[in-house]
Amino acid sequence: MAGREQIILSIRGLRKAFGGLVAARDISFDIPRGRIFGLIGPNGSGKTTVLNLITAEFAADSGSVLFEGKEILGLQSFQVCRSKIARTFQLVRVLPHMTTRENVMLGRMFGSEPASPSHATREADQLLERVGMAGKADMFAAQLTYIDQKRIELARALATKPELLLLDEWLAGLNPTELRIGIDLISRIRGEGVTIVMIEHVMEAIRALCDHCVVLNAGEKIAEGSPQSVLSDPEVMHAYLGVDDAAA
Amino acid sequence: MALGAIILALLPMYASNYVISIFIVLFANVALATAWAFFSGATRYISLATASFFGIGIYVLAIAHVYVPVPVALAAAAIVGFLVAAVVGLSTLRLRGVYFVVFTFGLTELIHQIINWWEINVNKTTSRYIFTDVPNVNIYETLLVIALITIVGSWYVSKIRLGFALRAIGEDETVARHSGINTTRVKVLCFALSASVMSLVGAVLALRYPYIDASIAFNNSWSFQVLIAALLGGAGRAWGPAVGAVPLVLLSDLLAGSFPHHFSIALGLCFVVIVYFLPGGVTRLILRLYHAWWAEQTKTRTH
Repeated sequence: MAGREQIILSIRGLRKAFGGLVAARDISFDIPRGRIFGLIGPNGSGKTTVLNLITAEFAADSGSVLFEGKEILGLQSFQVCRSKIARTFQLVRVLPHMTTRENVMLGRMFGSEPASPSHATREADQLLERVGMAGKADMFAAQLTYIDQKRIELARALATKPELLLLDEWLAGLNPTELRIGIDLISRIRGEGVTIVMIEHVMEAIRALCDHCVVLNAGEKIAEGSPQSVLSDPEVMHAYLGVDDAAA
Repeated sequence: MALGAIILALLPMYASNYVISIFIVLFANVALATAWAFFSGATRYISLATASFFGIGIYVLAIAHVYVPVPVALAAAAIVGFLVAAVVGLSTLRLRGVYFVVFTFGLTELIHQIINWWEINVNKTTSRYIFTDVPNVNIYETLLVIALITIVGSWYVSKIRLGFALRAIGEDETVARHSGINTTRVKVLCFALSASVMSLVGAVLALRYPYIDASIAFNNSWSFQVLIAALLGGAGRAWGPAVGAVPLVLLSDLLAGSFPHHFSIALGLCFVVIVYFLPGGVTRLILRLYHAWWAEQTKTRTH
């Protein structure tokens, strides 16, 4: 990575243990501004834990997370959101008995640039159009299909006006057509200047989107670099893909 | 609604004392159920602490009315209710689901026992007399105003950001938190606002009691009656609990004469009916029927 590239998020020595299980063991890496950054690794390797530590869903045991040069460890989740870091959830989370529009309004009304309900309504409709949900604004979120729920989760995150967007397996469970639409959408969001961290298992998406990847295994960083270089790293192949699959 | 309020405000000029008494109880229940739903209906933190705050209001009035004018004692009740709820809320609103329900249920008993201990050991008494000469009509009008303000206030909050935040917390608190809502502040503030109305209502009703003791003030049946009134009417809209309170108060009055101990059975049956047949309360049913009727009307008109 070029040295003069601007760093938006800098993680140093991040550690979290749940009892005897160390879910994140002294993890350090830098996320350059304006890029798509992949966080990959097998199940249980600590990827979601890292996201939860950044967004204060869990309190870290030690370490430091600098966002635009300022320490954000110790903030509460709502403060992290207001400081322009938005996220989606591994198991999609929507407000089930509220409409699609209201789900997106939530982000606009309380995110980094809080707005009145009427203002939020207008912008929610624009965002819904952007994620291809314009016709479903008045449906209840619980009635939506899985992909549509993921779309409004993304629209809600964008409504908070983030500089940094954390996607936790946002592309998981999509069929090939939906996957292409999803990859397109993420790439357009980056085009608008939002830095993206994505936890992902879909190799096609990682290759297509990520500029840079960090690979975690058992709570530790085992590799870092471009998708091509980390995916051909022998240790990564062994830990993540399984040697046989990698050969095939 | 304004017309209804005017009619109710003028009613004491024509109605008998018995009718006034029933309306006093009704307004108290409407205010309590609306205040309960304001917090618990939106956030789904089901509170059984209504009797706690109601009882605190009674006690604050009983203690304060000796030293200060009644209006000041009423204001003090609302403030103390707010403060106690804020402290309780800060320490317990991290509990979710049944843990919160059980805690709030236990809270009434806890306060009941503390006051009992304090009265017996410090004040060497078990009960207090309330000496006021506030006429029933004034109590009636005061509770009418409190009930109306609670309903209008609850409706107003549901239209602004704070109400939206409350609903979002009820839907998915994690999402609310990660979307920029200071969930602790919203919960504690609204829990305390709701509690201050409950304390105020308790204090106003206490004006009618000749004397009180801890078991009169901290009676858990208030918590259940208010909860069921709110659910029966529909805790999701500001005017729902008021609709639910009417049949319950009338039923309670009807049963009081001949079957004084059977009201809790009626409450239980009510609860079963709500859970199985009326998940959104009577008001959702009314709205649904109304929409169906309206659709029918427009259909016949276009043909």
